[in-house]
Amino acid sequence: MDTNPPQNDAVLPKVLLLRPSALTLLPLAARLRAHFHLLDPLDSSEPAQSFLSLRCRSVRALLCLFTPFVPVNAGTLDLLPSLELIVVSSAGLEHVDLPYCRRRGIAVANASAAFCEDGADYAVAMLIDVMRRVSHGDRFVRAGSWPVQREFPLGFKLGGKRVGIVGLGSIGSKTAKRLVSFGCSIAYNSRKEKPHVPYPYYANVRDLAANSDILVLCCALTEGTRHIVGKDVMSALGKGGVIINVGRGALVDEKELVRRLVRGEIGGAGLDVFEKEPKVPDELLALDNVVLSPHRAVMTPESLEAVQELIIGNLRAFFSNEPLRSLVQHE
Amino acid sequence: MDSIGVLMACPMSSYLEQELEKRFHLFKFWQVTQKPQFLKEHSGSIRAVVGNAMAGADAELIEALPKLEIVASYSVGLDKVDLGKCREKGIRVTNTPDVLTEDVADLAIGLCLAVLRRICASDKYVRSGKWKKGDFKLTTKFTGKTVGIIGLGRIGTAVAKRAEAFDCPISYYSRTMKPDCKYKYYPSVVELASNCHILIVACPLTLETHHIINREVIDALGPKGVLINIGRGPHVDEPELVSALVEGRLGGAGLDVFEQEPEVPEELFGLENVVLLPHVGSGTVETRNAMADLVIGNLEAHFMNKPLLTPVV
Repeated sequence: MDTNPPQNDAVLPKVLLLRPSALTLLPLAARLRAHFHLLDPLDSSEPAQSFLSLRCRSVRALLCLFTPFVPVNAGTLDLLPSLELIVVSSAGLEHVDLPYCRRRGIAVANASAAFCEDGADYAVAMLIDVMRRVSHGDRFVRAGSWPVQREFPLGFKLGGKRVGIVGLGSIGSKTAKRLVSFGCSIAYNSRKEKPHVPYPYYANVRDLAANSDILVLCCALTEGTRHIVGKDVMSALGKGGVIINVGRGALVDEKELVRRLVRGEIGGAGLDVFEKEPKVPDELLALDNVVLSPHRAVMTPESLEAVQELIIGNLRAFFSNEPLRSLVQHE
Repeated sequence: MDSIGVLMACPMSSYLEQELEKRFHLFKFWQVTQKPQFLKEHSGSIRAVVGNAMAGADAELIEALPKLEIVASYSVGLDKVDLGKCREKGIRVTNTPDVLTEDVADLAIGLCLAVLRRICASDKYVRSGKWKKGDFKLTTKFTGKTVGIIGLGRIGTAVAKRAEAFDCPISYYSRTMKPDCKYKYYPSVVELASNCHILIVACPLTLETHHIINREVIDALGPKGVLINIGRGPHVDEPELVSALVEGRLGGAGLDVFEQEPEVPEELFGLENVVLLPHVGSGTVETRNAMADLVIGNLEAHFMNKPLLTPVV
């Protein structure tokens, strides 16, 4: 790496900010501006292409918030010859051209460490809700049905259930740790088997499903994982099976899942994400064995604060030639 | 044995009814219109009562059944059984400990998560179509929050073990401090409530623990605090709880039990920071079968003069 320019108040390191046009980020921008010279194409009247190619030639770091108004692909990155680091605000990296980054030696830092606890908590929350009918029971009581109907359907015990985790990253592994305390047994599928992990590994999701009562989806959405939970996996999971999705909607063949839920060919589902958010298939709205959530698994003030700190921490480490706090290792 | 009369106090499990009918002469008390007359007619043959959390054997019923030998409760809590009267008359009492410990503890954590992360409110938001118009709000992180447990028995210990997996610091109140316990002890419920974010009721209901959650405790828990009740409704001064929630003096509540089940205060129905469940702590297929098997097992043991499986008296 080249030596950094001298650090003084007049010469803050440049960081290119790519964000969605609708996103306002006054608090974060203020914090960033305390440490960095922010270049934001959406603040300029110039067209993005020209802004990037003319004003960002010496930019070494790019901060990508959510899904930006320009894609983080070869076309954009080719305009940034000095780029060495991309910091993203999400766990998923489907919107970043990773092979391109690898080829050019651009380091990528993501944010899953900041909100993996919330993500895991939410996966467990939805799992308990589906198994023990929490939202269903709450509706039952609020509708005034308890004095009238007396009996409420029984749920299912968590202890002894086999949970298959798809994607044992930071969210998946924290989910596993929590579920072990409820007496669940854990197995997982990941791109590659992970060393030093105390849970059995299955090389494909179908085999994992065949040996699980509950599937929890915690993996990134990539070309390889689109519809990773399809007909085969759902058949292997079986009639009483439960699917919890806190990853991305497109991990699941949603039409097929809806069909099976309506026909009673699958036990239940807890879904925080959908293929065409915020649109949720109407058929699901009538079912009591599904729990629906508006993509909020990691949305707590604690996680948002932690993401901001992690972003700033990564950028400051980079400009100080220190190790990044959350470098994504290419597998 | 099918001449042995068994009186079932209220509906609780069709599986249990079936199994009792196979072995005994089962009387279903809730189907009796003229109870005093029924008791006169059949008290000579009724030798066992099967009760649960809703209805058991109070002094009046015990007096009306001179041949009563055993009360087998389809629950772990025995607040509906007059234990003193049973001891006095040499009547055996059994309950269903252990088999339901995990389910109740699971639900306690499920309620913590549901309240803090607004799981039920989020589900309602989606079902009502509101997501199409805008995002749901931020919710509160559960991991790392301080958890205070009232009663560190089987259920309280199981709750603590689960909360630890979420890195929650654990503290507790109990009648006496437990030796060799790694959790922090507070000598009063008010002190416990002042020092935790989430307070969980997991103790038996006795005369001493009636309304153990009162105005003072609720004030100590405060506008950010959350109460989880997986014990018995009468553990909580319910009108005080309702006004605290309605007025925002308490942050939230997850309630599986109420003072006058199945009646639930309607003021709670409009609040999104509460989760209300119809007493389902042990409500799983697996556990209810295990509980029923214990009731049957205890009754069979008694009438065959074998040691009871899970006696309390």
